[in-house]
Amino acid sequence: MALRTLLTRKNLANSPMGMLGLRGLQTFSLPDLPYDYGTLEPAISGDIMQLHHQKHHQAYITNYNKALEQLDDAVAKGDASAVVKLQSAIKFNGGGHVNHSIFWKNLAPIREGGGEPPKSSLGWAIDNHFGSLEVLIQKMNAEGAALQGSGWVWLGVDKEFKRLVVETTANQDPLVTKGPSLVPLLGIDVWEHAYYLQYKNVRPDYLKNIWKVINWKYASEVYEKECP
Amino acid sequence: MSWSSCGSSSICSWSSISYVPHDPPSKLLKRRFTPSIAQPRWKPRRDYSHINRGVSKVFGYYGLKNPPYKLDALEPYLSRRTLEVHWGVHHRGYVEALNKQLEKNDTLYGCTMDELIKVSYNNGNPFIEFNNAAQEAGDMPTLGLLQQIEKDFGSFTNFKEKFIEAALTLFGSGWVWLVLKRDAKCLAIVKTSNAINPLVWNDIPIMSLDVWEHSYYLDYRNDKAKYVNNFMNHLVSWNAAAVRMVRAQAFVNLGEPKIPVA
Repeated sequence: MALRTLLTRKNLANSPMGMLGLRGLQTFSLPDLPYDYGTLEPAISGDIMQLHHQKHHQAYITNYNKALEQLDDAVAKGDASAVVKLQSAIKFNGGGHVNHSIFWKNLAPIREGGGEPPKSSLGWAIDNHFGSLEVLIQKMNAEGAALQGSGWVWLGVDKEFKRLVVETTANQDPLVTKGPSLVPLLGIDVWEHAYYLQYKNVRPDYLKNIWKVINWKYASEVYEKECP
Repeated sequence: MSWSSCGSSSICSWSSISYVPHDPPSKLLKRRFTPSIAQPRWKPRRDYSHINRGVSKVFGYYGLKNPPYKLDALEPYLSRRTLEVHWGVHHRGYVEALNKQLEKNDTLYGCTMDELIKVSYNNGNPFIEFNNAAQEAGDMPTLGLLQQIEKDFGSFTNFKEKFIEAALTLFGSGWVWLVLKRDAKCLAIVKTSNAINPLVWNDIPIMSLDVWEHSYYLDYRNDKAKYVNNFMNHLVSWNAAAVRMVRAQAFVNLGEPKIPVA
């Protein structure tokens, strides 16, 4: 009997499994940055980093959680049209959360290795596929600058064909929407909120400077995991 | 038209595009006829090209029109800085890109702005935005436009709410429009992404709101809701919208007007 009372619904919420809701629905929360907001200057201003992380990313997470809750309700009620209607909000906000979580790991202060070119297998793969790191950077910058509206430019690896790819996605679409076997190594946010306060409309300058704080170590790790 | 009269510095606007020169021509200009859709074909009887030498071609370019108010007139809702960048840099960029494309592509040449938009998406619709906000804005639409809004949305407040909701649920970059639909013969709120203009769907824009981040980021940062609310309550020029509505009614028959009985 005592055990039963211990495991009533109310107590479950406070248990170590606290993040799981009553039906096992996980809520998401804002991941911390492994560096301070101001440490990516002068490539990206601390102002932008703070807004980007605390306001934009947080908004995606909040709305994603809300949409998941509504989805849960709709599935439980068997309301098919509500389920379908929620898909765009889930894609947008969930995609925003996924993409930004990767983005924070893609950046590192210069002190901690930001901007240091990739070595070992990823470095060789880049040289093989693109010719050199400069060519890859130029290609990504060109695609990023040419992207109309809001979106992301990615360096990804096709885990099926073991090949590097450069892709762009619109709005908050994650890289997988361009190919189910694509794994993102590096993503650069070219939404205006990512650079406007500092670079205004000069997106090419932002793209040129962001390479100084790109964390190739993380990209190498992911690459080595997919292509051992 | 005699050849001798148009030499040196006169630039004739001979197509349906209104030409506002924003860079004075520094060389002598040579006239050159290019067949276009809307213009009759001209064929010079003799070649007078030897008269003006070493000159560049004339094209009727698009120029950047000034907004009908001073750049700081929209404070405190939109700062002068925002207008400077949005109009001076973004809009100017669009116009220059448009001109560059026109340079390359002769077939687009004789089109009016409307036709251009229909033929090739994503080209210059920002000009509409600047006609929207005006110094004496705020208030409410009047007369015909208000009547039509009430007819199609129930009430002005309802329309405002729907418009704001549309602006806040637009993912990514885009615009929100109040359009007069040609087929359905009613007003409607429409969302477009990036720089698409409802003209491509054959609807007539009455009023619009730019919700690209660049239009509010400097003033409101990430607070899109505040920007949209301020716009709806304080920045819309209903006079300009009314003018557009009247012009639109020349193309769309909205039914018999209600004539008050004495």
